Amino acid sequence: MPQHFVAPPQWEWYIVWYFFLGGLAGGAYALGAILRLMGDQRDAPVSRIAFLLTFPLLAICPILLTLDLGRPLRFWHMMIDSRTFTLNFKYWSPMSVGVWVLLVFSLFALISFLEAFGTWRSGKAPFLTGGLGRLFMIVGAFFGLFLAGYTGVLLSVSNQPVWSDTWALGGLFLASGLSVAAAALTLMTRLGRHEASAEAKLTRVDRYFTVLELVLLVAFFVSLGAVGSQFLQPRWLALWVVVLIGILVPLGLHLASARRTPALLAAVLTLVGGLALRIVVVFGAQM
Amino acid sequence: MARTVGFFTDTTLCIGCKACEVACKEWNQLPGHAPAFGDGYDNTGQLDEQNWRHVQFHERTTPKGGVAWNMMSDVCKHCTQASCMEVCPTNAIIKTEFDTVYIQPSVCNGCRDCIAACPYHVIGFDEASGLARKCTFCYDRLQANLLPACAKACPTESIKFGDLGTMREIAGARLNQLRGQGMAEARLYGDKEYGGLHALFLLTDKPEAYGLPNAENAVLPSRNNIRNYLGSVVTAAIGVVGAVFAFRERGGKG
Repeated sequence: MPQHFVAPPQWEWYIVWYFFLGGLAGGAYALGAILRLMGDQRDAPVSRIAFLLTFPLLAICPILLTLDLGRPLRFWHMMIDSRTFTLNFKYWSPMSVGVWVLLVFSLFALISFLEAFGTWRSGKAPFLTGGLGRLFMIVGAFFGLFLAGYTGVLLSVSNQPVWSDTWALGGLFLASGLSVAAAALTLMTRLGRHEASAEAKLTRVDRYFTVLELVLLVAFFVSLGAVGSQFLQPRWLALWVVVLIGILVPLGLHLASARRTPALLAAVLTLVGGLALRIVVVFGAQM
Repeated sequence: MARTVGFFTDTTLCIGCKACEVACKEWNQLPGHAPAFGDGYDNTGQLDEQNWRHVQFHERTTPKGGVAWNMMSDVCKHCTQASCMEVCPTNAIIKTEFDTVYIQPSVCNGCRDCIAACPYHVIGFDEASGLARKCTFCYDRLQANLLPACAKACPTESIKFGDLGTMREIAGARLNQLRGQGMAEARLYGDKEYGGLHALFLLTDKPEAYGLPNAENAVLPSRNNIRNYLGSVVTAAIGVVGAVFAFRERGGKG
C-alpha cells in the first residue's frame, strides 16, 4: 500500500463547486457542439440551450477559484510571472494548464453564447457556419472536454492519498461531466417545449454516459485497491450511496421508460450524484 | 556567496530539548500554535506554517523489552527535485543561490497546490497572511553568512549545517561509526530521495517510522500526469463516439 505523510491542502467547497460547474459547462459545450455538427434542424434548439447554459456557468468558475485563493487579488500571478511580467505556463502542472484552458475555453463559450443568444432573442442567422464555424466548435468542444477532465488530473498530480493513487480520476470526472451535462440539458428541454426527437437523443446519450461513468467508477476503485478503504467511514459511504443512486436509478429509468416524469427524475438524480461524487472525492481524501 | 548548503540531522544525538524549535520561532517571528497536550512529550504535533522545526518523539520497544524514544528534529528537506516547486503555478517557489527551496511571500497567492504535493507534510497555509509557508533554511541568515537558527541553537550538534558535500561526508562517516559499534539498524535518509535532499537524516529505524516515505514511495506528483491524461483522452474519445452515435440516429426510440 502506498505511504502518504502529506498534509491536506484544504481545498473545500469553492473547489467542489468549481469542479462540478466546470465539468457541467465543459460537457454541455461539447454536447452542444456535437449536436450542432451531427444533428438535424430539429436539434438546433437543444444545441442552442447548451451554448446558452455553458457561458453563465463557466463565468462562475473563475470567481470561485479566486475566492479560494489565500490572496485573491493575486489571481493574475497564475498567468503572469509577477517578477518578470512574462507569461506563466507549466505544462506539467495541471493547475497552470487548467488556468489557461479555463481562459481559452471561456472565449469559445462566450462567442457561442453570443451566437446562440442572437438566434434565440433576435432571430439572427447563426454566424458560426461553414468550415470555419465547424472548426471553431470542434476546438471549443476539445477545450470543454479538457476542462471537464483535467480537474481529476489536478487532484492526481499531487502526493495525496487516493488522489495520487489512481489513473482513473481524470476519466471519471470527464465521464461525470458529460453525464451531468446531458442531464442538465434533458432537464431544460423537457421543461420547455422541444422536439421529441431531440429529447430522445438526449436520453440515449445520457444512457451512454451513465454507463461510461459507471465503468470509470469501477476502474477508479480497482486502481485504488486497498487505498479505497479510506472511504469506508459511514459519512463517505453515505455519499457513495448517493453517487451510486445518481448512476443506477437513472440508468434503470432510462431503460424502463422514456416518459417525461421519469426522465426529469433521472436528470435530477444524475446532477445530485455528480455533485456528490466531487464532494466525496475532494473531502474524503483530505481527512 | 552562492554555495550548496545542507543540514545533517543525527537523530542518535537528539535529546528532545526543542531548542531548535524555539530558536526557529524566535528568529522567524513565528507565534506558533497553542500547545496540544496528549499522552506524549510532543506538544508541537506537526510541521506547518507555524512549526518549521518539529521534534518528533517516537516510542519504541527495545530488544530487552524496555521503552525508548526515537527522537528526530524534522524540517523541510529542501529537495533537489521538489514536489512543491514542480506543481507551483505562480513560480513563487524557487531555488535560491544556496540551492535551497524558498517560497517567495511576494509572489505566492495561496492556492495551496504545494501543500497537496509535499510528501513530507512540511508546508502549511497561514490564514493570517493568506500564504503557504515553510522553513526558509534561514535564507536571510545565510545571506548574512550566519548559521540557520536551529543549527546554531542545537546543544548536542544533532543538527549540523554546512556545505552539502561536507554534510554527506560527515553523515557517511557517522553511519560507518555506528554500524561499527553494532548498531545495524542505523541508516541514512536523503542521499537518494528526490534527487538528494538538502536535509539528511541519520535514522535508527525505517524511514516510515519517522513519517518519511521510503525510497519506493518518495515520488514526484508529475508521475501521474501521463496516465491520468491518457485515461481522460480515452474516456473523451469513447464519450464523443457515443454522442456522435446517439445524435446521428434520426429520432429513434429513446
